[in-house]
Amino acid sequence: MSVKQVSVFMENKPGKMCEMTDVLAENNINMRGLSLAETEGFGIVRIIVDDVYETTTILKDAGYINKLTSVVIAELPDVPGGLNQILKVFASEKINLEYMYALSSEGSSFDKAYMVFRVSDHKAAEAALTRAGIRVVTQEDISSL
Amino acid sequence: MEHYYQKEIECASREQILEIQNQKLKEQVQHVWDNVPYYRKKMEKAGVSPSDINSVEDLHKLPFLSKKDLRDAYPYGLCGVPAKDCVRIHSTSGTTGKRVVAFYTQGDIDLWEDCCARAIMAAGGTADDVVQVSYGYGLFTGGAGLHGGSHKVGSLTIPISSGNTERQIMFIRDLSATIICCTPSYAAYLAESMKEMGLKPEDIPLKAGIFGAEAWSEEMRKDIENTLGIKAFDIYGLTELSGPGVAFECCEQNGMHINEDHFIAEIIDPDTEEVLPEGSQGELVFTAIDKKAFPMIRYRTRDICKLSREKCSCGRTFVKMAKPMGRSDDMLIIRGVNVFPSQIETVLLEHGYQANYQIIVGRVNNTDTLDVHVEMTPEMFTDNVMDITKAQNELVAGLKSMLGIKAKVTLVAPKSITRSEGKAVRVIDNRKI
Repeated sequence: MSVKQVSVFMENKPGKMCEMTDVLAENNINMRGLSLAETEGFGIVRIIVDDVYETTTILKDAGYINKLTSVVIAELPDVPGGLNQILKVFASEKINLEYMYALSSEGSSFDKAYMVFRVSDHKAAEAALTRAGIRVVTQEDISSL
Repeated sequence: MEHYYQKEIECASREQILEIQNQKLKEQVQHVWDNVPYYRKKMEKAGVSPSDINSVEDLHKLPFLSKKDLRDAYPYGLCGVPAKDCVRIHSTSGTTGKRVVAFYTQGDIDLWEDCCARAIMAAGGTADDVVQVSYGYGLFTGGAGLHGGSHKVGSLTIPISSGNTERQIMFIRDLSATIICCTPSYAAYLAESMKEMGLKPEDIPLKAGIFGAEAWSEEMRKDIENTLGIKAFDIYGLTELSGPGVAFECCEQNGMHINEDHFIAEIIDPDTEEVLPEGSQGELVFTAIDKKAFPMIRYRTRDICKLSREKCSCGRTFVKMAKPMGRSDDMLIIRGVNVFPSQIETVLLEHGYQANYQIIVGRVNNTDTLDVHVEMTPEMFTDNVMDITKAQNELVAGLKSMLGIKAKVTLVAPKSITRSEGKAVRVIDNRKI
């Protein structure tokens, strides 16, 4: 059920991110979500794409080290308190949140938002969200968001 | 079964070797006295003449020769025969600005190739083997030396030189090369490339490698051996003394037998220049006793190591030199502490990184800085910043305990450090002193 995020190692230097997006652009890969974790010396770029296999192959061929990481993507109402609802579920189930970021949606519904969560236990998180009536997005859903 | 190229001499008794050395040394000292004014002047200054040298025991009376002498006498000043009697030159890379040009007579080439042939056979090579010589050909001694040695053994020789990794791998596989000769850093690179191609040790026909011209660690040896499924043998030499083959490893893989019928080794204290007792660690000094065109007497190598006369199970009686800690030219003095790149390499491999690194030394506010750039590997990468940082901190701690000083570790993208197809650029010293 969970979605695979592509995590890419990147040097923390001017132009490095641009080199990677060049590769993605040339190969017509659309990023649906992106977050960057940085330290002094290096960064980890985390991206959500439609076709994980194609993206990792292209990145590997271009010399990028990458790994797949399971994340949970939840649909929430795009209103004040929307995210809060989800976090309440995690809090009550004692699910630890490592990081999160927003996903772009190009669909017609302006009233929905999508958040990517990296949690301690993604299966438990998905089950808890489903029980609370919150829609969990699957890999197949991403292209239609 | 152990193979020898010249068994009689390689397994001769100590007495026989000493007899050869005494005889050749006397002749060589007379030769330089008669034919090399530069040497004669040095000897006169030291108050010694050929009549004072009757045996190896008298070696210590002779003055040392250093890299500075080679520079001062460049290009012909140390030549022992007229140019018309020389058949070839070789030269060092000169990357440190100290280019050495060495001359060879046909006889010099012959004895050098014999030394390389001994190395190939000690690594298990015979006329049945296919030897891929992936050292650079040209001015560098690596290609020519092992090429000549391989011919003497009678092996099928592939003179592929360095570079073009895909072609290297194609020849190894298509022609079933069994022995490869190259720098250890290039061997590591080839190993990594073959692994990336999905080749397993059993898909690679190689059985042995002869690697030299760079300092390398035991950990790097294990890595190369495991990835390629071979035995990796060390070989030692320097252009001044002919090239690779001055000393070579046997099946024991725990030190290199010095070809004592051609070279006399001494260990000295690099500061006081005193000869140290056998078994001590110090600077290696060589006297080439039968090379005529470029006769080196008591040449200071700057290499720090130990000699051992312990009996070797391979049957050879030649003294063994331990793998040098590094050339004292490679040694960095950082915040007053001696640092060898090979020590850094050892720590990297122990911590699961590959031996693809670069050491950058700088100076900020009159204090030296040491920055080690290490390539990230797929095995070490995770999505978790904390895990990567933790491994990085462990590496910093490992370096601190090995070197005694703190180093900064920077993780860089894979293949971003220039790969050596000849010699690796391991150190960038930005200090302006």
